[in-house]
Amino acid sequence: MDFLVFQYPMITVQACLDGILLGVLFALIAYGMALQWGVMNIINIAQGDLVILGGYIAYFMYLYGIHPAWGVIVAPVIMYFVGIAIYKLVINKVVDRDLFISILATFGISILFMQLMNFAFGADVVLANSGYGTTMLFDSNVVLPNSKIFSAFISILFAACLVIYMKKSKLGRAIRATAQNARAAKILGVDTEKVYAATFGINAALCGVAGALISITFTIHPYMGLPYTIRSFMIVIVAGLGNLPGVAMSGMGLGVFEEFADYILGTEFRIGSVFLLLVLILVYRRFKLSRKREYLK
Amino acid sequence: MNKNNLILYSGILIFGLAAPFLFPAFKVQLSILCVLIVLATTWNIQGGEMGYNSFGNILFYGLGMYLCASVQVGMFFPLAEWTESGGEKTFVHTPTQFFQGMAVGLIVAAVVPTIVAGLIGYSILGLRGHYFAICTLGLGVAAGEISGGIEIIGAGQGFTTPPFPDVGSLEARGEFFYFLSFFTLILTFIAVRSIYSTRFKLILNAIRDNEDKAEAMGIETMKYKIIGWMISAFFCGLAGGIMGGLVGYIDSTDVAFDGREMGVFMVLMAILGGKGTLWGPVIGATIFHIFKEGFWTFFLGWQYVALGVLIVVIVIYFPEGIMGWLREKYPERFGEVVDEKDRKAQVELK
Repeated sequence: MDFLVFQYPMITVQACLDGILLGVLFALIAYGMALQWGVMNIINIAQGDLVILGGYIAYFMYLYGIHPAWGVIVAPVIMYFVGIAIYKLVINKVVDRDLFISILATFGISILFMQLMNFAFGADVVLANSGYGTTMLFDSNVVLPNSKIFSAFISILFAACLVIYMKKSKLGRAIRATAQNARAAKILGVDTEKVYAATFGINAALCGVAGALISITFTIHPYMGLPYTIRSFMIVIVAGLGNLPGVAMSGMGLGVFEEFADYILGTEFRIGSVFLLLVLILVYRRFKLSRKREYLK
Repeated sequence: MNKNNLILYSGILIFGLAAPFLFPAFKVQLSILCVLIVLATTWNIQGGEMGYNSFGNILFYGLGMYLCASVQVGMFFPLAEWTESGGEKTFVHTPTQFFQGMAVGLIVAAVVPTIVAGLIGYSILGLRGHYFAICTLGLGVAAGEISGGIEIIGAGQGFTTPPFPDVGSLEARGEFFYFLSFFTLILTFIAVRSIYSTRFKLILNAIRDNEDKAEAMGIETMKYKIIGWMISAFFCGLAGGIMGGLVGYIDSTDVAFDGREMGVFMVLMAILGGKGTLWGPVIGATIFHIFKEGFWTFFLGWQYVALGVLIVVIVIYFPEGIMGWLREKYPERFGEVVDEKDRKAQVELK
């Protein structure tokens, strides 16, 4: 136990700022998850692995001498097609089946991706150095890497673009219509199959952006995907489907929680505390709903 | 029990008893197979019969593994020093100590997870469908991450279980663990079989088919769900304890709370064989183990790729499993057997 947090308020400020910048990234991933969950009713366990794959794209650009920040543009393009491919191969066969089937199938994809990435890129923890330097605040008591600020800014930019796209474009409207009622949308001439593929592609592209940003700001490793899936799942169930401000807020909240868990419990319990938080949140919701004799749907 | 069944069961029993002497080289593999069958069968109790698909039974398995080893060491030696020194070099169990420790350890390994399941059951089993699945997935991973941070059970560097004592014969270790796991398997099978012939199974099936209606019919669903999960946890813990001794080394995320391997295996084996059948998990586990060993040996390094593809293929194209396929193909042989008495009662009602 470390009570530095309470003795030095600057550490609290540092943790909060770190957490918020991190949380924006989580919110971006969670947004993708909310999108496909809402539209296709699929929980994608491979979400985190798509993130890590996006990260490796940026990392490879860095290895070949291109500035990794360009990965923010390249990764989503590649990941969009990866997403479409996964949809065509696997997801379209589980869309209207039992949710457990989709969980298990994407779990299989997750294991597959994990191991393929392990073969292709090695089991080392890597990061793409952006060389952005740091910003000092409050008499250099709080240190913020510029890369984190950059990544938070880019995440917000992408999320905003996507929201506008979903509101204004034809495909966006088709996606929202399918989310509301797939059958009615089909009757009115929406090609739901195409909409599903596009949704999954957009989700993968969002993961690609987030992954590229994570490879710049933090580190990536082939086996680090599952925590990102769980985080985004948690954010979505706290915020609710289709509640964007909620996703942003709970993402930041989760980021701050994690930073504090890191300081107080120690880094070795960081991931554990995330998973425990998930269990606690679910149990809390269950008891709250059971008073009304309802359950999580 | 009719005549065919009697022949089948006694054949399996005789084969099981003779196997370590017929195939001495495969003793460890056969013991692992027994453990896998136990895990698949017990997963099937709440996964297949009750419809609560859990990824978290690995929690009880890992818990049993750590408990059995800790009790076995802790009964005779200081646990902290054992893990710190890497165990076996400083302290040596005499044969009596080893077997006493193992016996007490296995009892603890079975009982404590059952209690844990009972305690968390009320909160967790109130969740349904995919929320339950993800929640239990979170539980399993959290347990692995947390146990990886606890010093007294070896933290990240792992925990060596007591080595098998020198009892004169080189074969003794393999035979001991084989018979231990084989008798656990028989115990599990008998227990599950007798459970499946009672009203309890019908209640579980009612919960699976429509929980709200089952509740409306006056069944206290929560009570039966918790009991079902506790039965699962009991045998999972037992299997974990045996597996810990068999492997000889416990690591928090790679051996004990190995959600990525064992946690998925038990689900996959049950689905491969056929969810919600008595023999399905047994067949599924056997086929899966043979397939897995073949792959693990000949395609070393590609095993997880194969596993991922296998999961996707089974889930998409074969969700009913082998028993489900047989049922559809040969309903007169493998279909649901309606009891003669039941049928007569039905006729009378009409």
